[in-house]
Amino acid sequence: MKLESRAPTGPLAEKWSNHRFNVKLVAPQNRRKFDIIVVGTGLAGASAAATLGEAGYNVKSFCFQDSPRRAHSIAAQGGINAAKNYRNDGDSVHRLFYDTIKGGDYRAREANVHRLAEISVQIIDQCVAQGVPFAREYSGLLDNRSFGGAQVSRTFYARGQTGQQLELGAYQALARQVEAGTVDLYARHEMLELVINEGRAAGIVVRDLVTGEVTSHSAHAVVLATGGYTNVFFLSTGAKGCNATAIWRAHRKGALFANPCYTQIHPTCIPVSGDYQSKLTLMSESLRNDGRIWVPRNPDDRRNPGAIPEAERDYYLERIYPSFANLVPRDVASRAAKRMVDAGFGVGELKNGVYLDFGTAIGRLGRATIEARYGNLFDMYANITGEDPYVVPMRIYPAPHYTMGGLWVDYNLMSNVPGLYVIGEANFSDHGANRLGASALMQGLADGYFVLPATISEYLAGQLGQPAPDPGGAAFKEAESAVRERVGKLLGIRGSRSADWFHRKLGRTLWEHCGMGRNAEGLKAALAEIGALREEFWNDLRVLGDGDSLNQSLEKAGRVADFMELGELLCQDALHREESCGGHFREEHQTPDGEALRDDENFAYVAAWEFKGEGKPAELHKEELEFEYVHPSQRSYK
Amino acid sequence: MRLTLKVWRQKGPSDEGRFETYDVPDANEHMSFLEMLDVVNENLLAGNRDPIAFDHDCREGICGMCGIVIDGRPHGPKKNTTTCQLHMRNFKDGDVITVEPWRANAFPVVKDLVVNRSAFDRIIEAGGYVSAATGSAPEANSLPVPKADADLAMDAAACIGCGACVAACPNGAAQLFTSAKVGHLGLLPQGQAERWSRVVAMVERMEEFFGSCTNYGECEQACPKGISINFIARMNREYLKAKFKDSRKLDRGTLGDA
Repeated sequence: MKLESRAPTGPLAEKWSNHRFNVKLVAPQNRRKFDIIVVGTGLAGASAAATLGEAGYNVKSFCFQDSPRRAHSIAAQGGINAAKNYRNDGDSVHRLFYDTIKGGDYRAREANVHRLAEISVQIIDQCVAQGVPFAREYSGLLDNRSFGGAQVSRTFYARGQTGQQLELGAYQALARQVEAGTVDLYARHEMLELVINEGRAAGIVVRDLVTGEVTSHSAHAVVLATGGYTNVFFLSTGAKGCNATAIWRAHRKGALFANPCYTQIHPTCIPVSGDYQSKLTLMSESLRNDGRIWVPRNPDDRRNPGAIPEAERDYYLERIYPSFANLVPRDVASRAAKRMVDAGFGVGELKNGVYLDFGTAIGRLGRATIEARYGNLFDMYANITGEDPYVVPMRIYPAPHYTMGGLWVDYNLMSNVPGLYVIGEANFSDHGANRLGASALMQGLADGYFVLPATISEYLAGQLGQPAPDPGGAAFKEAESAVRERVGKLLGIRGSRSADWFHRKLGRTLWEHCGMGRNAEGLKAALAEIGALREEFWNDLRVLGDGDSLNQSLEKAGRVADFMELGELLCQDALHREESCGGHFREEHQTPDGEALRDDENFAYVAAWEFKGEGKPAELHKEELEFEYVHPSQRSYK
Repeated sequence: MRLTLKVWRQKGPSDEGRFETYDVPDANEHMSFLEMLDVVNENLLAGNRDPIAFDHDCREGICGMCGIVIDGRPHGPKKNTTTCQLHMRNFKDGDVITVEPWRANAFPVVKDLVVNRSAFDRIIEAGGYVSAATGSAPEANSLPVPKADADLAMDAAACIGCGACVAACPNGAAQLFTSAKVGHLGLLPQGQAERWSRVVAMVERMEEFFGSCTNYGECEQACPKGISINFIARMNREYLKAKFKDSRKLDRGTLGDA
């Protein structure tokens, strides 16, 4: 299979505007002749559905939550990047492009990333116009803060709830279209199959989570905006409902899965406290603006942190990376914390964290300033741990947070399956091997508000005059019966273990062998373990109740079954990529001082995997990455 | 710690429902309330008994999906805290805890502790937005917003739409929820063009589903985001103003009801 990125030719800064001119259009009066399905209502899905509806298309929007407003974009705390250069500190579209390419460890497409940087400024304009209450200065103008991996202040924020405010902005835009009748909303519906008819994406099969009813929906194009797969690790900062089922079902139907091994481990999360732990809570990266990370110099120092004098503390990020210090990118900060804890310097009862200390900042700025900046995060920390971070330093440790990999898409955000589009975290496109902080919100909204609505007409224009496929057709009937059969199978095993039990076990295997550090031996062991676990799952799963009503164990079981298959692909990809880059750290490939060692000669490509059947190795397809404008070099934050 | 839970079980909207009692022998102070329920559910499943259905998602207190009435209080005993952020250190060994769903006419029970809150979406659809078409926005800094207004708007915008305010209200009213959105958008210059039509549309949609506000103030106490009932006063003022402001542009029939 030849993978065509369809990235436009011509000078970098003109690619997107030229492309927009060259794309085929659908005239306003013809748009109502097209049906579009959008699955997922996070930043990407809600903004896309709203914008497509507003443009005049017939849109159906699906989410598994009880309301579209609850999608997990809402939990993003810190902010959203944009190259506005309001601080006059040397920022520009080109610098945001450069930082993102470098931050992604030279594993992303230049054309996509430049487009993202260009659109970033429009996103802020759009969101302000919608009434997103971004933080402001006394002048009434917008405020900014700094984030990891950048030496400029380009992050816009709304207290510690930026994701919430952007998500509500997109949700409200969606609600406006629902009221206008251009978007039909299906909440508490889960997509369980993609339908392909005559080689094109023709629709989806969904299950109504309240009644259990399985129905088909057809459209001219299907857009997946269903988020990432970080919950494959079980313990992550993802919401409990976040799952990979939509993209995995599409993958099984032929959509290529790109770079699954690029997973992001966020450095600042609250450490695990016990076996019952159901998720991990992120403490925003923005805290690293004012917090200093340290461990005691003596690993056996069990004193209260306040009693440990300055000279006996190791501010290891400031020591090793003097120019970026506590604001090194996430992958670098995470690995440094792991090295400290592995070497026995961990703090807390379980010795499984490092300190994030605000003592210096409180001394310099006063408690009130710190409270205004991070009050809600401090409260959340106190709630969860029972400790007061104004007095005692926070304890933090890395946790799975975001997945850069996802379904392969071309420059138009269309997968290799004609008519199937993938946007936001669900695709692989813009962050390479590591995402910079405050860039996920930017990408989700860029894809949904601006990119997809401009590129989808290229495909639709060719279908003018054709009705949407018949949802009663053979392809739909077949997909529906596959869904019913699978539901019946999950209910029929009547074994002894819960879906959560399998999920925890899968997560432990992946965290151990395919987490922050990976090596060939461990990955092979993980593949064997997951294969055995998958078999055990299909023989010993217990789901009670029936398929005709709300059954949360059944929902979970289906998602865990897909996570297990995805977990195998994750390990297969990690095993094949014999280099370290960004979030993918192969212990065999590191510099003498423990930094990631890339192999540009052999691995400067996108690894896009084709499904070949359950339990069978996937087939690798490559999209070579070309760097015309940025020369890949050893990333240094020292 | 050892706890006893009295949990509301209801198979579906038409089932009568009843309390069932569960013994929790091994709760830990670091667990969240929902993690404690996870453990209960694992034990129920092991004993071939149907697990308790409850809504939850982010477990970080921001998505608004979780919501349980604990000992008669929406989201439980701790102020400004969602159910998912309530930790077991707020309880003590030997406690008997009553666990119920939101109870309000507008939020019918789906199953056990799960309710249908889609009436909230209907209120937002009526006008809880600024009609800014994608691509039409002016430069973001072209319109300064006084910091005090932006901060107050943010206080209102912090609403997570969980429905605790409705569950706490003896009238099952949704004034706090609705006024939070009316307040948020009405305070910002971007929201001015639709300020008066918005408040009318949202209030009237709200009244199709929910009871009336009689100033009990329970909503403010229950709100996990600490949203002030001052926003209700603001909404009422705006609604009345809207009704009189330009009566020729508004429906005279509705005006007569005000």
